[in-house]
Amino acid sequence: MSPDTTMTATAPAAQAAPRKNTPGAAGGPRPRTGRIRRIGLPYLLLLPALLLELLVHLVPMVIGIVMSFKELTQFHIRDWGTAPWAGLDNYAVSVDFDAPVGRALLHSFGVTLAFTLLSVGLCWLIGTAAAVFMQDTFRGRGLLRALFLVPYALPVYAAVITWVFMFQHDNGLVNHVLHDQLGITDKPSFWLIGDNSFIALLTVSVWKGWPFAFLIVMAGLQNIPRELYEAAALDGAGMLQQVRRITLPSLRPVNQVLVLVLFLWTFNDFNTPYVLFGRTAPEAADLISVHIYQASFVTWNFGTGSAMSVLLLLFLLVVTGVYLALTSRGRRTAP
Amino acid sequence: MRSIRAAATGAVMLSLALAASACGGGSSTGGGSNDSPKELTYWASNQGASIEIDKKVLQPELDKFEKQTGIKVKLEVVPWSDLLNRILTATTSGQGPDVLNIGNTWSASLQATGALLPWDAKTFDAIGGKDRFVDSALGSTGAEGQDPAAVPLYSMAYALYYNKQMFADAGIDGPPATWDELVAAGKKLTKDGKWGIGMEGSNPSENVHHAFVFAEQHGADFFTADGRADFANEGAVTAVKQYVDLMAKDKIIAPGNAEYAQNQSVSDFAKGRTGMLLWQSASANLTSQGMSEDAYGIAPVPVRSGSPGPGKQVNSMVAGINLAVFKNTDNLDGATEFVKFMTSDTEQKILNTAYGSIPPVKAAQQDTAFNSPANAVLKDTLATSAAALPQVPEESQFETAVGTAVKNLFADAAAGREVTTASVKAALTKAQQQMPTK
Amino acid sequence: MSPPRSPMAPPRSFLWSRRIFLTLLTGFVLLPVYVMVSSSLKPLADVTGAFRWLPTEVTFRPYVDIWSTVPLGRYFVNSLIVAGAATVCSVVIAVFSAYAVSRYEFRGKRVFTVTVLSTQMFPGILFLLPLFLIYVNIGNATGIALFGSRGGLILTYLTFSLPFSIWMLIGYFESIPRDLDEAATVDGCGPLGALFRVVVPAAVPGIVAVAVYAFMTAWGEVLFASVMTNDTTRTLAVGLQGYSTLNDVYWNQIMAASLVVSVPVVAGFLLLQRYLVAGLTAGAVK
Repeated sequence: MSPDTTMTATAPAAQAAPRKNTPGAAGGPRPRTGRIRRIGLPYLLLLPALLLELLVHLVPMVIGIVMSFKELTQFHIRDWGTAPWAGLDNYAVSVDFDAPVGRALLHSFGVTLAFTLLSVGLCWLIGTAAAVFMQDTFRGRGLLRALFLVPYALPVYAAVITWVFMFQHDNGLVNHVLHDQLGITDKPSFWLIGDNSFIALLTVSVWKGWPFAFLIVMAGLQNIPRELYEAAALDGAGMLQQVRRITLPSLRPVNQVLVLVLFLWTFNDFNTPYVLFGRTAPEAADLISVHIYQASFVTWNFGTGSAMSVLLLLFLLVVTGVYLALTSRGRRTAP
Repeated sequence: MRSIRAAATGAVMLSLALAASACGGGSSTGGGSNDSPKELTYWASNQGASIEIDKKVLQPELDKFEKQTGIKVKLEVVPWSDLLNRILTATTSGQGPDVLNIGNTWSASLQATGALLPWDAKTFDAIGGKDRFVDSALGSTGAEGQDPAAVPLYSMAYALYYNKQMFADAGIDGPPATWDELVAAGKKLTKDGKWGIGMEGSNPSENVHHAFVFAEQHGADFFTADGRADFANEGAVTAVKQYVDLMAKDKIIAPGNAEYAQNQSVSDFAKGRTGMLLWQSASANLTSQGMSEDAYGIAPVPVRSGSPGPGKQVNSMVAGINLAVFKNTDNLDGATEFVKFMTSDTEQKILNTAYGSIPPVKAAQQDTAFNSPANAVLKDTLATSAAALPQVPEESQFETAVGTAVKNLFADAAAGREVTTASVKAALTKAQQQMPTK
Repeated sequence: MSPPRSPMAPPRSFLWSRRIFLTLLTGFVLLPVYVMVSSSLKPLADVTGAFRWLPTEVTFRPYVDIWSTVPLGRYFVNSLIVAGAATVCSVVIAVFSAYAVSRYEFRGKRVFTVTVLSTQMFPGILFLLPLFLIYVNIGNATGIALFGSRGGLILTYLTFSLPFSIWMLIGYFESIPRDLDEAATVDGCGPLGALFRVVVPAAVPGIVAVAVYAFMTAWGEVLFASVMTNDTTRTLAVGLQGYSTLNDVYWNQIMAASLVVSVPVVAGFLLLQRYLVAGLTAGAVK
């Protein structure tokens, strides 16, 4: 855990920098020996992954899409192959924002978006701050780093259930501290029902998610050559300026990926709200994954549930596409 | 972006082909067969204090059945949190147990999926005939005019449990018979950190059961005669408001109960934190929590005035568990045989005693074991003043929609927000709009 | 206490803000961990009544009881088998795929990587029921029981961790100089020989990072486990619900059990964390 071993372990990283000088992967002319084997082999190597992706991700997704065009209520779920086609009805119901189902979906979407943006923002902020603060060695850094990774390493349900215990109205730690000990609130608050549930959800999500940002940013920081800082320091740049002029720009590519991955994971997160609130989430914390789960499994309407999922998928596709287009253009124009 | 589109197109084409071949087989729709006559899979619901206790209760009986018939029963006790999901996935895939327990209120909903074996006269004869069962229990086995989707197994009813010592200390003579009396008693009990009565505010099913009974007492129904959802009618609104007001206005329920969903209110009652509890067949539960039978009394659930009875004096839903046969069973005869075994007089006595419920089988009910004062109240309620929840296909959605609406109202009340007729009506209207339209 | 200050040393204001920030953060991070540990040592009365920071008496009873209240041992074994097998398979498959992508030019390469990565966008709820149906149909057609079995869960979880693993390993492999494996190929190793003798040994940190990720994914999943398992194959994620019985919520046992099921992952994670950082440094974050 000492800095030296860390450096040794990251040896390949040091070699990564001059990598661009070796023949690139993209389109470089390759020796044509053993052509047949060369052509067949990569496909063979990819085959297991391909088959699994088809079995577990792609085919089910296609079936899900097919389901979204069917009338899959309790009267038809027993034999969904012969269930009547619903055309675009399921979609029409989902996006009819004047009717309750559509309005509830829109509300849930808004809640999820607000939650995701806040959660990702906070996770990134805390993670980056912690990583930057811990860039230099100091006593206890190794221990602290290990501690900080604990929330990420804990299984979701074990961590979230502990938070449920802490958020209880009558016997929870949070009310004990805020009300009994500090007297900040004049009466105990509810965290697992009502409006505060949004705060509870956000707290748990940030607690659980920031170490991942920390981990990635920490890894990213190790790729920034020390000489850059030394040169900046000689130029008289202060700590903050160093962070602004060197650290953040160097982290750009890292952040590009990190923010996207965090966004997708947080947006689709099911485990946290499900363990925190059970199958019917309070309105203030009605995340879309649980909302769709309820639309399908609790009200037994798998057609509408699937249509909602497909809409969600389309939204994420668009966001990801736009995000990648924007960030990679930014990257290209950057010096 | 081009590559993403290419990828998507490629993946979709390939997947479509695979999907077509993978699912061409479809789920089987056939009736039952007798392909594996020596084995049965049985999904039991969680009736005892824990799943492990259930296994201890059921396994000896299953062994007995195997000795009698040579059929081995593979038991799985499914927790309530998973049961409906498991039944749903079993229904969609045709891959499920042979015999299963269902909450009796789900009967009509599951009946509509066609996944359960209908109990026509002939099948009923195989287990000794329909008239072996109590009428009220049969009233909760499926939609009217159709063959029942399941057979009653355990019956339960709501009763008012009250702490005798706390009543004596507060100078209350006996259990309240009307809601006014209950509120008055509750106010006397609510002091020094103790509360009048406990509720499970975040448990949609509990909420719906109470909302239903209160509505019945106001002469209101949640469904019209032709089966349409009608949640926001005047009687229903008054009923739900009256229920929530126990916390909001009368303040005899601790606000913390609004987030209860795991039977904490039973535990509160057993520990003497609340003086009253409305619960179904709580005796076994209370005993296992260390509350002696002498410490509490059991009375019928209060009514608006007068004494409980039919019509507007309904004071409980017909609670209970039904036993159903999955249509896709590969051991139809064995499954029927098993239902016959489980509903036989002997087994009914053993199982209902173990779970503190009432046998829905007439002959078994006569047994002295079910004549204790506690059981007398439950038996009487079931016989005279209990009504079945609506037997409509949308019952399951109704439980979720109305139960959740009441949960949100409790959350409002607990947070100190006002609960008005208008806010109750709005919540119920919203719940109704979530129901499938016909 | 104060370290020897070199001319390069950060200013005091920085040190103070660092101290304050890291202290607060440590408190935030450790609070639930403290609650978990302390509550697991309390008698039931302490956790069903008002919250207290310290147990009235320290008891190890919950740690004894957890094994009998629910069959935790069986769930534990199930989780170990499922997560272990999913991890091994996921790593092997990801290594093959990443090697193909990083070392070969072939038609459909971009399609493959983009498709695999895009699965990260899928809402789990969309393919829960379809996947269940596919498993059942495969079972009906071939007799291979995937639904309700550990095998089905293993397949599912290993695929869940595949995209991120492949993507991380591609990055890592590309950081390993190509000359190395080309030299090995010239020395008479086939391409696979080069993979196992040169690339894999050089990529150990990346592979460990991927393995840790895959294991955690499988160990913590709730949704699919709740539908796809039965009594005998239930995993910890679902099994832990068993502590809320009809009687009481045994919070002290829940906390004890949560701690017990967390120890293997957390310990493994912390032991391997420097590989993780190293793996990420070269792989994901290049």
